[in-house]
Amino acid sequence: MSPGAETRSDSSQPESALEASLTACHTCHQLVRIDQNHQQQKLSCPRCGSAIHPRIHNSLLITWMLVGLALVFYIPANLLPMTRVVGLGQTQEDTIMSGVIYFIQSGSWYIGLVIFIASVFVPLLKLTLLMYLLVSVQRKSQWRPRERARIYRITEFIGRWSMVDIYVVTILIALVNLGTLANIDSGPAAMYFATVVVLTIFAAKSFDPRLIWDNIKQEPTQ
Amino acid sequence: MDATHQLAAQPLIACHECDLLQREPATADHCNVKCSRCGAALFRNVPNGINRTIALSLAGLILFIVANVFPFLSFEIGSQFTQTTLFTGVREFYSQGIWLLALLVFITSILAPLLQLLLMLYIFIPLKFGRLARQTRPAFRLLQHIRDWNMIEVFMIGILVALVKLTKMAAIVPGIAMWSFVALIFLVTGAHSSIDGRVVWRRLERAQ
Ligand SMILES: [Zn+2]
Ligand SMILES: [Zn+2]
Repeated sequence: MSPGAETRSDSSQPESALEASLTACHTCHQLVRIDQNHQQQKLSCPRCGSAIHPRIHNSLLITWMLVGLALVFYIPANLLPMTRVVGLGQTQEDTIMSGVIYFIQSGSWYIGLVIFIASVFVPLLKLTLLMYLLVSVQRKSQWRPRERARIYRITEFIGRWSMVDIYVVTILIALVNLGTLANIDSGPAAMYFATVVVLTIFAAKSFDPRLIWDNIKQEPTQ
Repeated sequence: MDATHQLAAQPLIACHECDLLQREPATADHCNVKCSRCGAALFRNVPNGINRTIALSLAGLILFIVANVFPFLSFEIGSQFTQTTLFTGVREFYSQGIWLLALLVFITSILAPLLQLLLMLYIFIPLKFGRLARQTRPAFRLLQHIRDWNMIEVFMIGILVALVKLTKMAAIVPGIAMWSFVALIFLVTGAHSSIDGRVVWRRLERAQ
């Protein structure tokens, strides 16, 4: 049995684990007792050995930094060429957007839409949602925590789909470079773009959704 | 088999997304248990989950080998005929000196799914026979992190887009590796979602 498992009173008032001087291990969900000055401590889970943080340290600061960096890299990722095709004496460079436009003009508009959503829209949406969550936590917003928890889950889920264009380039260079007709290189944008995806994944991980609920004074009856 | 271990008094748990303390609800089979306050998925009750995870992981491992050994796509322009494997793109990135992209694609499309399968087998095969693998704790921790980096379903979308882009240039024939890869997506997902972490941790607790 977990330590302190019987500490909760049977009142219907919702109580966070932290208020009960407990915290759940993120890996195995074991409840662990923590002291008041848990900020200084380095705790590890007695059951699975994971490091335990009642809240992620400097969650807001780290998330802001990662989001900011991702926004900076997002610009060259979209402006610089993603692929460079050298063939028959001429060179053609494609950015993400020119690739989208190519697909739309050549009739495969749905493929163009997939790339647009995955590469342009999703990263921006994810960063916007994360910034909204950060601001709402900093302003101690009381607005619909359940909806914001859902927004957090969306940011966790959608980020990976931005990798689509990286994989397209991977397959293109794998296939085409084996022949001798044309030569495809990945452009500098591929690197920036991959960096954006990785940064946003870490940004979503460093945001602690429990902070949304720490601010909620009274549970609205739903 | 674990249902008998759940006694009448349900243990307290805290939601990992909102920190609400709550009693673990007694659940029906195949039921996703959600946090009563924020709706986060707490755990999933899968009857026979260990056997499912092992079976799907073993099948997945075989398909993983097929997907990586056999030709993935064949590509034909006129008299030219080329074949690629899953690894070709990674090697191309590496030979172009873009090692970071090579690494990222390698991890997300090859290493992470492989590790995920191996870790599941490493943890659950001994567990099935009432034993514990020596490194169950770190293995389970790694398993939960590695899942986020397995992006083979996204890779699949990338393949579809690349195919549409290239069909106008050349005849492209998907190889046996590609069909294995598609099946692998479902097997890995199925194997992982059959895991009920509580089973592992209760065994660990009893072993202590
Ligand atoms: Zn733990
Ligand atoms: Zn919750």
